Amino acid sequence: MTTEHKPAGLIGQSIRRVEDPTLLTGKGCYVDDVQLPGTLHMAVLRSPYAHARIVSMNTDRAAQMPGVERVLTGNETERLTIPSPVMVPGQKIPPHPVLARGAVHAVGVPVAAVVATTRALAQDAANAIDVEYDPLPAVVDAEKALEPGAPLAREELDSNVCYIATKKGGDVEKAFAEADHVVRMHIKSPRQVAMAIEPRGAVANPEPLGRGLTVWLSTQSPHRVRADLATALGFPEHKIRVIAPDVGGGFGSKGPLYREYVLACHFALLLGRPVKWIATRSDDFVTMIQGRDQAMTSELALKRDGTMLGLKVRVVANLGAYLYSNTAGPPQRMMAMAPGCYQIRNAHVEVVAVFTNTVPTGPYRGAGRPESVLNIERLVDKAARELGIDRIELRRKNFIRPDQFPYRTAVGVEYDSGDYDKALSEALRLSGYEQLIRERDQARRRGELVGVGISTFVEPSGGAGFESGTVRVERTGEITVLTGSSSHGQGHETIFAQIAAEKLRVSMEHVAIRHGDTLAVQQGVGTFGSRSAVMGGGALAQALDRVVEKARRIAAHLMEAAPEDVIQADSGFAVAGVPNRIVTWRQIAAAAYGRLPPGMEPGLQETVFFDPRREAWGFGTHLAVVRIDRETGRPTVEKLVLVDDCGVVINPMIVEGQIHGGVAQGLGEAFREQMLFGDGGEVITGSLVNYAVPRAGDIPPMILGETVTPNPFNPLGVKGVGECGTNGAPPAIANAVMDALAPLGIDHLDMPYTAPKLWAAIRAAEARNARG
Amino acid sequence: MTENFPPVPIALTVNGRKQEARVEPRTLLVYFLRDELRLTGTHVGCDTTQCGACTILMNGRAVKSCTVLAAQANGAEVTTIEGLAHDGKLHPVQQGFYEKHGLQCGYCTPGMVMTAVHLLDTNPHPTEEEIRHALEGNLCRCTGYVNIIESIRWAAEKFGEKDVSR
Repeated sequence: MTTEHKPAGLIGQSIRRVEDPTLLTGKGCYVDDVQLPGTLHMAVLRSPYAHARIVSMNTDRAAQMPGVERVLTGNETERLTIPSPVMVPGQKIPPHPVLARGAVHAVGVPVAAVVATTRALAQDAANAIDVEYDPLPAVVDAEKALEPGAPLAREELDSNVCYIATKKGGDVEKAFAEADHVVRMHIKSPRQVAMAIEPRGAVANPEPLGRGLTVWLSTQSPHRVRADLATALGFPEHKIRVIAPDVGGGFGSKGPLYREYVLACHFALLLGRPVKWIATRSDDFVTMIQGRDQAMTSELALKRDGTMLGLKVRVVANLGAYLYSNTAGPPQRMMAMAPGCYQIRNAHVEVVAVFTNTVPTGPYRGAGRPESVLNIERLVDKAARELGIDRIELRRKNFIRPDQFPYRTAVGVEYDSGDYDKALSEALRLSGYEQLIRERDQARRRGELVGVGISTFVEPSGGAGFESGTVRVERTGEITVLTGSSSHGQGHETIFAQIAAEKLRVSMEHVAIRHGDTLAVQQGVGTFGSRSAVMGGGALAQALDRVVEKARRIAAHLMEAAPEDVIQADSGFAVAGVPNRIVTWRQIAAAAYGRLPPGMEPGLQETVFFDPRREAWGFGTHLAVVRIDRETGRPTVEKLVLVDDCGVVINPMIVEGQIHGGVAQGLGEAFREQMLFGDGGEVITGSLVNYAVPRAGDIPPMILGETVTPNPFNPLGVKGVGECGTNGAPPAIANAVMDALAPLGIDHLDMPYTAPKLWAAIRAAEARNARG
Repeated sequence: MTENFPPVPIALTVNGRKQEARVEPRTLLVYFLRDELRLTGTHVGCDTTQCGACTILMNGRAVKSCTVLAAQANGAEVTTIEGLAHDGKLHPVQQGFYEKHGLQCGYCTPGMVMTAVHLLDTNPHPTEEEIRHALEGNLCRCTGYVNIIESIRWAAEKFGEKDVSR
């Protein structure tokens, strides 16, 4: 056992990832890599219609096919439904069976499932099931779904509205009455597909005699999914073990319990054999929750000098056809940060959440944040243009000032800390802003379309609820950390080991991080909403403090010293003034599990359920320079500057990786990606052939900068960073594109800014301008 | 629908080991590697030959093993991600991904690494543009490619003078 210690401290260093040697040599274990003897494979038959009655089904042919063990339809699984919590009072929750019963309400809905001895035979049999449908009128667009006479997406309900929610503060009508100017906008955020490269999967392994069920799932939230699975199956939670092994990305889309997970478990319990289901990419395109798809109608009231007085926003959010556990969430998030980083004392934000015959939506990297930032940042740019005020000055004039924190916004949310002008100033410095503007103006005089755009934004992180952490010093002095925050690529095994090793003053190889197994780990929550460092880290830090305090008392006993005289030293503890005589963690552990003085409880393990009861509000400024080819409409990002403040940084390399990845997804949203449905609800972009995610050649150079404003309410001073890329970059690009098109008199276009869309807008504007 | 066609005998070399098997004609090479040989480092990320997670070397060329029948690999020499490191020492490209944080969730990584190995085998000193072009058939959703490109540059710079494949 080496006792090498990095004296400079591990927090803040770009430590190479603990996870990587395994993953780099093909020795990772993702769900599809779990191969149990005797496994049956499940395939699912899905609805090709967006809205239809099921007239008849015939499974006879499928049931006779080679290798087939069992075929199920909705008629035999009527008790199996996906549980949906009430997130908003008065929310409507229509039925969500795991296999359709009577009708289907979106393309891709499972109507039957087959298990067979191989993957291919199961698929063959699923294809042999005959289903007769009677198509019904479908509704796809959320705003159209609110029009009189629109088809009902869910015929069980009397309207397409799932819920209406409002947040308001101040006196909005007075603010608008006193305003010199009101800016109005209508903005639609394009529907996005998370597209984690690993498709979903489940392996369900029943124990004999109903003793239990072990399920490997590609999930971001093993404990929460386990509870939902128990509810869905009617099988006790404490007999279910959910294991999230290596998980190949999620970005929010692997949060909820999916229908196929319930089906695989149901088959496994029914047949007493392991059952595996692995999604195809096509499956995931039509059944995983998708992101965005909010239409925002807003008014911003200002004084002539640019002072922001009031904000009204009406959001029409497309929830799709069914509710997963978190489907109702993103519009709530959009509301909670509608005023962005500005002092707007009077606000009224309303969400109308709507059912349509489309794939359900839910959290996707940002989960309401990108919509909210896009909305306020486009409004502010438009206000600057209409009032003739410099957009930087307009922002600075209205920023919440550093001395105003903690700051309660007009929508009733408290921001912990921030220095928005610092991040803005850093972005301007890094980009050489004045020069950029000069160059833009020169280019404009040559008739070229070049725009500079910024977005200044907040990034709430941590989210609601708790996270858990256990620190256990084993008998040999090795450290085991059990965290409820389970990773799907974020580097938990590295950053949590950095935190533990620093706080215990041991080297990282003596720390093992365990996560993603409900049998090993106490109740926990998971990884989403930029929460792991904030929540999992916070729980871990507090548990470490408690372990250190107990160990200090044990060390004092071993050294026959007063606890207050005992200090931490490398690899253990020493008496102050006698640094060379160290009681090691191994000696302390031996005492903890051996003989302790009366009154001291054996063991050396502490568990903390951490709930700061507030979110951590990171922030930043992103800046983009976009050039648009006037002839072809093709946009090119010429510069991208990203300044983010996530408080104290645990591992800069990992933080930068999070920013790179988030920004790349943001670039996809800004320029290419959009999930499209035809008027009848048919899927137009159902595969990677026509849903365009960015490739290596599409990513421009990124210039990263940072400011550090520690979080005063977190034991580590940290804030989240996972979603800043999708929050900040697309609005900066939107503002740059619209700045580039401003000379043509184009006021607003919605993302994605594809070349054909820009080309058409340029041609139309030129024709308008030629007519004068 | 596929009726019962007789199994096809195949013989191939995978990571230096001779393998013989009888496969269903429709079996894709990726599933033969994963399910029969238990080489689960090669991943499946799509069903339209877009994502590249299944990329392997077949007779020295990077190919997507989801788009090759196992029967077509008869007589071939195949290298998968499991065959790159030797005696516990990472291949330079693997080392580059480790040094430069070229992976997050790790799912696309084996395909990325195999594509990069092929690139450096054929072009030991690629420009950044050439690296980006070589990665056109491999999708990553975590890294934004920034550090993947850095990883491959690291491998090229560090080992460009030597034969990086072995």
